[in-house]
Amino acid sequence: MNFDKEFDASGLSCPLPIVKTKKALNDMTSGQILRVIATDPGSCADMKAFAEQTGNDLVETGEQGKAFVFFLKKK
Amino acid sequence: MSTKKMAIIATKGTLDWAYPPFILASTAAALGWEVQIFFTFYGLQLLRKDLSDVKISPLANPAMPMPVDMPVFVQALPGMEAMATMMMKKKMADKGVATLKELRDTCIECDVKMIACQMTVDLFDFDKKDFIDETEYAGAATFLGFAGDTDVCLYI
Repeated sequence: MNFDKEFDASGLSCPLPIVKTKKALNDMTSGQILRVIATDPGSCADMKAFAEQTGNDLVETGEQGKAFVFFLKKK
Repeated sequence: MSTKKMAIIATKGTLDWAYPPFILASTAAALGWEVQIFFTFYGLQLLRKDLSDVKISPLANPAMPMPVDMPVFVQALPGMEAMATMMMKKKMADKGVATLKELRDTCIECDVKMIACQMTVDLFDFDKKDFIDETEYAGAATFLGFAGDTDVCLYI
């Protein structure tokens, strides 16, 4: 999947993947795609909750080796 | 959808108890919530510019996981608190847990309001110069004015 920006949260624990994902989205424009990579297993549920509460669309999730990959479409 | 709000009272000043207010506040702020933390009694230590004195103690904390079984009288020996703090900080760094300073800075960046309880500041003769510049000073009525209108209100 194509993306406009990438944020690597590998090695970070809660709440940093979410808090820094929010920061990464700040300078993006509506409709752009952010790719987030995280190794914290808790980020799977948290990224979904983040998307639901902020209105950003979690368009795709996947796994890449031991990491989790998320594609967020900015609201 | 109206903006959600959260109010937290932070009353503890040890390393372990310092995390919940800052974790919840920074996450809520990332979700777009409006957040205020009211620091009172020992929680005031978390507003200091220098957070290096925030410690954890194994004493009177039987639930704290220890690498080896340690009788209480050993936990009370001089230096044990410093050692436990050092070990905890190292473990946190190894696991990618944010430092307190990092979380607090994030809260400030996201406009989390930090309010120090004026009464306890006076009670302990704390010097306002030691606290971060973002600190505001107020009392119970100010906190309740905000807390009465929140979706989540926590006492930590």
